[in-house]
Amino acid sequence: MIPSETLLDRAAVELQPDTELRPPSMASRLMRDRKVVCAGGFILLLIVLALGAPWIAPKDPLAQNLLLATVPPAGLPGSEPGYLLGTDGLGRDVLSRVIYGTRVSLTVAFVAAGLACLIGSLLGLAAGFLGSAIDALISRLVDVWMAFPPVLLSILLVAILGTGLHSVITAIVVIDWTRFCRVVRTETMGQAQMDYVVAARAMGFSRSAILFREIFPNVVPVLIALLTLEMGIAVVVEAILSFVGLSVSSDTPTWGGMIAEGRQIVHEAWWVLAAPLAALFATVVAFNQVGDGLARSLDPVLRR
Amino acid sequence: MSALRLAIEALSAISLRDGNRPILRRVSLAIAVGEVHGVVGESGAGKSTIAKAILGIIPSQVRVAGGRITFEGRDLLALSTNELRGILGRDIALVPQDPSTAFNPSRRIDAQMTDGLRLKRGFSAKEARMRARALLEEVQIRDPERVLNSYPHQLSGGMRQRVLIAAAFGLEPKLVIADEPTTALDVTVQKQILRLIRALQERHGTSVLFVSHDLGVVAKICDRLSVLYMGKVVEQGSTADVLAAPSNAYTKALLAANPRYDRPDSGLEPTPPEVIAALRAEIAAFDRGARQAEHG
Repeated sequence: MIPSETLLDRAAVELQPDTELRPPSMASRLMRDRKVVCAGGFILLLIVLALGAPWIAPKDPLAQNLLLATVPPAGLPGSEPGYLLGTDGLGRDVLSRVIYGTRVSLTVAFVAAGLACLIGSLLGLAAGFLGSAIDALISRLVDVWMAFPPVLLSILLVAILGTGLHSVITAIVVIDWTRFCRVVRTETMGQAQMDYVVAARAMGFSRSAILFREIFPNVVPVLIALLTLEMGIAVVVEAILSFVGLSVSSDTPTWGGMIAEGRQIVHEAWWVLAAPLAALFATVVAFNQVGDGLARSLDPVLRR
Repeated sequence: MSALRLAIEALSAISLRDGNRPILRRVSLAIAVGEVHGVVGESGAGKSTIAKAILGIIPSQVRVAGGRITFEGRDLLALSTNELRGILGRDIALVPQDPSTAFNPSRRIDAQMTDGLRLKRGFSAKEARMRARALLEEVQIRDPERVLNSYPHQLSGGMRQRVLIAAAFGLEPKLVIADEPTTALDVTVQKQILRLIRALQERHGTSVLFVSHDLGVVAKICDRLSVLYMGKVVEQGSTADVLAAPSNAYTKALLAANPRYDRPDSGLEPTPPEVIAALRAEIAAFDRGARQAEHG
């Protein structure tokens, strides 16, 4: 037998160096992604507007002035100084109302989507990883749950719970946790079959170590994409509930409420409808773009 | 021969999927301390099932139907999951087959290498990192810091297999199970990896169960070998003896099927049909005997 030292030396000579690769940090990768920077910047702006609404909004969003009703936005004939986006049918400042409206929208986006994500993923991880009886139980529950028409269910829930922000959030969580549960379950089951999970089992790692070290990190990119998608959906659902008058009380400005009011006077004052609609649209697009970018940069194989 | 490290006695396994078809037919083999034992056979012969049975990762459609796997006086098949977990990763480690799928794609190499050291050997994070570095140096990786900071997809296949080997031997196990560790690599890298395993095994005095379909590979690295056909051991002995004078016609056929680079025009001999027929008759007779023993 050749001595092992000699064998090792020979192996060293044969080794080819790999090409130089140093993974850039996640932050720097994200900063280079223009879509993510724009969309993320927009969401940051929304957060600032929501938190600083009393200082940023030029007018009181509830102050009515019937002498200045349906004033068009700046630049159009008949516009008034100080009313950048015009006024609605009651003479309230549209810009200030849109700014205050971010408060409800963002609260719902973060709290409702976050809670739905938390509950759905925990159940999905349990179903996908523990399998058999627990999986059957959770999966049947999801099947039955998803069979209810979501809009009807949310209206029913709000009707039972009463209107208000808490009810809107509860309704979204109760309806949308199934989305997370399904996807996380499938993803977890797929991961559990992977060679590296089997290798971890062969290393005698505990079940929790396998779940949180091997499986969960690979579920996170999908989860992030889904979470941001859900934030967009939550904003829309809140707007729908506001539109039908089932969200917060009418003395709190919301985009959905503004859309409902604007719809009635769209022929005289289209801007009352257009401003909240544009805000809603841009917000949903921004959430989706950020989610897409985050998912891409969290996935070590897709990045680069 | 020195003390036994692992003894497999009359291990049988069946596939629950297609009509309880036998996968392992009373396989017995023993591995001494510091010995490399090769298990050779064509695909489907049950080689990997032996490895999986030792590690307790038998797939759900396969069931161990009988036999014992004794490791240091304890029957691994009779242990509870928790007891087996205590042995795996400490005393027994695995070098997986395919280095491209054996790593978690979303975690850096250092996290994956230090897991075992921390969870199984009680190293602190800092100690584990230093140890991982030293281990990579031991397997001749020139820039261990860079490798530790990389994600698996940033390394070549040979590099990844080196890391897997370093991780397995780094736990200082008494037994390493190498499940076709060179199959997914090209031939030049294969040779380096075999040398590396042999060198580490000798330095650490580790016993190795080396599973492969390639008799040429097994001949290079193993002290003893078992030839498996349809889950039955058809030949067993020291590598030198088996290669010099194979007693079974199938082993002879396998040897003839190995490419000879010194005689490129000699061609490869497929296993003669009469050898296969004889083997199948032998296995059918064995199964009849097993059934009679069961019912009688």
